[in-house]
Amino acid sequence: MMLLDLQLALPEIFVLTTACVVLLADLFIPANRRGLTHLLATLVLIFAAILTARLMMAPGEVAYAFSDTFVRDRFGDILKIFSYLTLAAVFIYAKHYLRQFNLYKGEFYTLSLFALLGIMVMISASSLLTLYLGLELLALSSYALVALNRDSLQGSEAAMKYFILGSLASGLLLYGMSLIYGATGSLDLAAISAGLSGSAGDSLLLTFGLVFVVVGVAFKLGVVPMHMWVPDVYHGAPLAITLFIGTVPKIASLALVVRLLEDGLGNLHGDWQLMLVIIAALSLILGNLAAIAQTNIKRMLAYSTISHMGFMLLGILAGTNEGYAAAMFYTLAYVFMSAGAFAVVILLSDGEREADQIEDLKGLAKRNPWYAFMMLMLMFSLAGIPVFLGFFAKWQVIAATISAGFTGLAILAVVMAVVGAFYYLRIVKVMYFDEPEDTHVIAAPVDFKTLLTINGVGVLALGLFSSGLIKLCVSAFS
Amino acid sequence: MPIIEIVFYLFAAVLVASALSVVTVGNPVYAVLFLVLSFFSAACIWLLLEAEFLAIILVLVYVGAVMVLFLFVVMMLDVGGGQKKAQFARYLPVGLLVALAMAGQLFLVIWTQGFEAQFMPEPYPEGFSHTRALGELLYTDYLYAFEIAAVLLLVAIIAAIALTHRRRPETRYQDPSEQIKVRKAERVRLVSMPSEKEGASGNGNGQEGS
Repeated sequence: MMLLDLQLALPEIFVLTTACVVLLADLFIPANRRGLTHLLATLVLIFAAILTARLMMAPGEVAYAFSDTFVRDRFGDILKIFSYLTLAAVFIYAKHYLRQFNLYKGEFYTLSLFALLGIMVMISASSLLTLYLGLELLALSSYALVALNRDSLQGSEAAMKYFILGSLASGLLLYGMSLIYGATGSLDLAAISAGLSGSAGDSLLLTFGLVFVVVGVAFKLGVVPMHMWVPDVYHGAPLAITLFIGTVPKIASLALVVRLLEDGLGNLHGDWQLMLVIIAALSLILGNLAAIAQTNIKRMLAYSTISHMGFMLLGILAGTNEGYAAAMFYTLAYVFMSAGAFAVVILLSDGEREADQIEDLKGLAKRNPWYAFMMLMLMFSLAGIPVFLGFFAKWQVIAATISAGFTGLAILAVVMAVVGAFYYLRIVKVMYFDEPEDTHVIAAPVDFKTLLTINGVGVLALGLFSSGLIKLCVSAFS
Repeated sequence: MPIIEIVFYLFAAVLVASALSVVTVGNPVYAVLFLVLSFFSAACIWLLLEAEFLAIILVLVYVGAVMVLFLFVVMMLDVGGGQKKAQFARYLPVGLLVALAMAGQLFLVIWTQGFEAQFMPEPYPEGFSHTRALGELLYTDYLYAFEIAAVLLLVAIIAAIALTHRRRPETRYQDPSEQIKVRKAERVRLVSMPSEKEGASGNGNGQEGS
């Protein structure tokens, strides 16, 4: 029994032990050979992916372990594998930045690996307790990562804001969880779901708890009205950390929403649906309109994150398997695109300052046509222009919204996507039609360039052949 | 039974008296020491309730670690008790108001509910161990959550060190191997000076050591 438990949690155990190994090994690696730490951390991700893939191949759909606090299913396995891949890409992108800005430290790798462990715990959580602990593990590592550059005033300010608001949100979430525990008498998500199916689930206590849970989740997603932290943290954190925060934890947020609202409180769907409708609509409006006014590309991408998370919620609020699959597809597509967009900003930065102004992209097409073209494809995809990956992601969630009967919301989403296209296309305009001001040569290591090319071409290729990824997402919920 | 009651009232009296002293005593160091005493008395009352694990944890963690840290900080910061007296008088009306409101609320609860214990748990059989029961639950049903909580603490340590530890160039530290290998020529300088004729004050010259 116990052995089976350990087998199911093998990827988690592996990541934990090897993260400790990386932590210790880094102490003995001299600063000029930090590449070794990078290599070790990447190897951890590769082997973890192999272990998870092996579990995915094994027969048996859903398996519980550790007294039902841990669950292994197809949804979790897919999300975990995508988390490893994204983190490996983040490592490669971040290395170039960290080297230039004198932040190339082992702590980046160990804290990222522990954050990954938190994400994995959240993905595989089947109890409120483990869900919360995973969330805290991710959050604590993220706070430290944001503050990693201690000489930066902006970074410290962002970390402080992130920490205080994050703790507040954790408190709200925990309060909601405790109310739900009080109403249902169980921490186990499956037991909560079973307990709710019997009664009508109209108890005031339960609804009260649900409101707190939704507010806590909304903060972690960074959607309106709990979005205040997103632009400041994205702006203040070092670019490599913004890249991290903007990608991998989004997968965890999706897992948090699905585990809590679908697995646990799925029977209260009628209660949380309206809340999500309001949150999604406000996020779409505010995210897209505020992004237009930004001159800083990090802030612009932060507001665009808010609107994209609003899009993701459109799939969730439908409450159907089709909707959840669409939300999952949207999240994975968004993570893929935003990693590339941040990577281009990293590419343009030199050791003196981050190229985080939209003006810094001026005339990129003349300075380096290939990477300007990559950025063009990424921006087209984020805007949701047909043929690219982002279009199919938007199409899926809007289709799910319409089939759930929210035609008005779907129209709002389409209108806001058009509004959003303005600021993405402005980037393209700046790159292609403005004269370059900065003429220093753009240089990056080979692995960085290769990955960015894969990332840029990928949004086109995955858009043309999106059915494979869509099938994968649908299979997670069937 | 009376023995237990006597012990309870003894510890309760010490607890209340020391808690009062924490806020009334002028010297902050005394206040912290009284807080230690009140924690300790509370731990003893928990022992009477058969919650021995909580009692031990309270003494170990709060008395042993947190309060010592508190004392350390109070002594380091050298918080004066001088202006506290004046502030105490200034805030007294509001403080009294809050205290009265709290007393009123307590009174309401006691008035409506009564102060009789509604449900007295059965005393545990002799030899029952809370620590054991807690441990059995923690290492079986909640093993996974327990391990994750441990990792959380590890991350907190790593984060704290990563954010505060920095190797400053101006920091001076000793290198024992360098100290041992030192030679006389590196540290001692012999200066020859003409000897003074008058007076007996000129006998300390010639050597400068470090």
